[in-house]
Parts: sequence; C-alpha cells; structure tokens
Amino acid sequence: MKALAAIFARELRLAARAKAEWLMPPLFFVIVVTVFSFGTRPNDPQLAAFAPAVLWVGALLAALLSLERLYRTDQEDGTLEQLLVSRTALSFAVFVKGLAHWLLSGLPIVLLAAPLGLMLGLAPPHLGPLVLGLALGTPCLSFIGGFVAALTVGLPRGGALLPVLVLPLIVPVVIFGAGSVRAAQQGLDAGAPLYFLAAILTLTLTLLPWLAAAALRNAFE
Amino acid sequence: MPLLSADQLTIQRGDRALLRDFDLRLAAGELLHLRGANGIGKTSLLETLAGLRRPAAGQCRLADEAAGLHWLGHRNGLNLQLSAIDNLRFWCGINGASPAGIDAALAGVELPARARRRACRSLSAGQKRRSALARLLLQPRPVWLLDEPLDGLDAGGLALFAALTQAHLAQGGAVLMTSHQTLPAPLAARELIL
Repeated sequence: MKALAAIFARELRLAARAKAEWLMPPLFFVIVVTVFSFGTRPNDPQLAAFAPAVLWVGALLAALLSLERLYRTDQEDGTLEQLLVSRTALSFAVFVKGLAHWLLSGLPIVLLAAPLGLMLGLAPPHLGPLVLGLALGTPCLSFIGGFVAALTVGLPRGGALLPVLVLPLIVPVVIFGAGSVRAAQQGLDAGAPLYFLAAILTLTLTLLPWLAAAALRNAFE
Repeated sequence: MPLLSADQLTIQRGDRALLRDFDLRLAAGELLHLRGANGIGKTSLLETLAGLRRPAAGQCRLADEAAGLHWLGHRNGLNLQLSAIDNLRFWCGINGASPAGIDAALAGVELPARARRRACRSLSAGQKRRSALARLLLQPRPVWLLDEPLDGLDAGGLALFAALTQAHLAQGGAVLMTSHQTLPAPLAARELIL
C-alpha cells in the first residue's frame, strides 16, 4: 500500500514539475472542439447533433497526447528496471500509474465537457449523459492506452504506432459514450449505453493492468 | 552455500545465443569482476541474474530470496525532472525501505547538500552515478549486481566505491560487477572473462 502511495506521489510530483504535460491535453481538447464549431455555419442547429461525436473524438485525441510518455521516460532512465526488481507487484504499479494518468488528463476533460457541450448547442438536460459517459469512458482511455503504451515501450518508433493501435481498441467506448447522448437527444433512455460503458470500464480496470505488466516485462526480452 | 548461483544458463537475444551452459557461483565476501569484449553478453547475463530477463534454459538462484539483491544497471534509474532525494524516496517507497536513511545515504556517497535537492537533469554524470549508488546504502541486501558502476566517477568517487564495496564484502556480502576499467585499489577481485 505504501509502495502504491509512493508511485502515486511521484506521478503527481512529476506533473507539478512539468506543467505543460498535464495542461496540454485539456487545452488541446478545448481547441479541437472550438475549431470544429468554427468549421460549420454560425448557429447551425445541426451542430448539436454532431456534438457528442465531436466531444468524444476530442477527448480521445487529447488523452492520446500524454500516453506515449507514460512508460517511455521510465524505461529510458532505468526507473522501470528498478520497479521490476523491486518488491512491488508490477500490475498494481501499472494500475496506479493509469489512475494518475486519468486524474491528470482525463478528469479535466470530464470537467470541461459540460461548458463545451453548451457551446456546441447541446440542450442542458443532455449534458448529464455526456459528462457521466465521459467520466466512465476516460478511465477506459487511460487504461487501454496505458496497455498499448506498455506494449510499444520497447519499440524505437513506438510513438507513431501508439495511436494506430489505440484508436481501434477505443471504438466501443466511443460508440456507447456518444450513443448515450444521442439516445437522450432522441428522448430515449440513456441508461443502457452507460451501463455498457460501466461494464467496459470494469473489464479494463480488472484485466488490463495484468496484461500491461506482462507487456512491460516483455519489453526486456 | 553460495549467495548467488547459476546452473547451465543459456541466454539468448533474439535467435542469437550469447551464453551456453554457463555456471556461476558467487560466495559470501566475494567480489567477482566480469570482463569481456563489447557485445559478448555481460549486461544480458547481469540482467538475467537480476531477474529482468528470462534465461532460455537453466536457472539462477539466490540463497536468500527474501533479502533480495541490489541491481544497478548502466542506466541510473533516476528521473531527470526529480531531485536525488525525490528519486530515492520513490525507491524507498517501492522497496519498503525507510526514507529516514536517505540523507545519510547521500552523505555516504558524498553528494553535496545543495546538489541533493536540484533536479537530476542539472547534475553531472558522476553525481548522477553517485546518487544511483546511494541506493546500495538504503537497504542492506547481500548480493549487489552492478553494471559498469565506475562510469563517470572521478578519483574521489572511485575511492568511495572501493570503500563501500569493501565494507559490504566485510559484512559477508557479495558483489558481481562489470567494468572496463581496472578496479580501484585496494579492491581484489576474482576475474571472470566471458
């Protein structure tokens, strides 16, 4: 438990030192969503129909920005070796790193989603499913992305490979996430897609840390 | 009973076998200096003994599994954004060591007090190496596996390393290290040429 606290504290300290790293994803999210609304006609009512997809893709791209460095610097400076040799279970370490990643890059996006949704013309009652969906979906992005980051950490050009591998894996999350807002817009129950998201989240939280730990061990072979 | 032993070890990288049927015994109080040309497999052997790499065949065993071993690779294991103290505090956390010993350990490797709080990025190569070596003092472990520990150390650093190693050997520890330099006096090592 102490070991996990140490890993978490280190992630937060690193974030405090390199402010650009955790300010960049939310800023990027705001810019992508804003630019999208500039690309359509002013006051286009159609925009509200596309808003869920725009917000979800924006969140996805923003999360990708900081994923590559999740394990890369640790691998390059030898911290990963020390972690592998240490007495801490690697899968728990991976879990804590994923959690810290979500806190620093996912949570700000969840908080920003409601004002940006209003800007795109989403009706206030539809903001609930949007924010709830993102709150369930962004941890999935962190953990699925973390798994792929662990897979590609040993590769010389892993940075370019990462988005190509992550984006297809993320598709179900986007379908159910944007789907819940669309369901609300059509006057349907937004609950079912949200339950699916919660199921995906449970799977990623329980399964992927173990797979990511195995991938990190494999980076040495 | 050796502190560390390897039996019939075969180490592969890709489809190339670096070592075949390699036996090793590391006894208490012994300093073993591993030598050999570049690319012969010294680092891979150390990584296998440390448990970072799986051997293709054979096995390695620690006499005291619970006490574990110290691993210092050619990478220092220091995050460059964080200070030496922060890095060591993290290390203590993941290894269950008490962070109270950090200052003493950094004093033990003679890292100046103002360098301890600066980001490691601004430290010299020798100072980084010293900070990494400080881990050896944070938790007593019988076996030290050191990959090129003398890299970047100045004359004072070499003397310091010799003193640390001697104290460790005198307490019944064992050291297995690689180095392309001759070891600083008065260290007397058994040489093993791959």
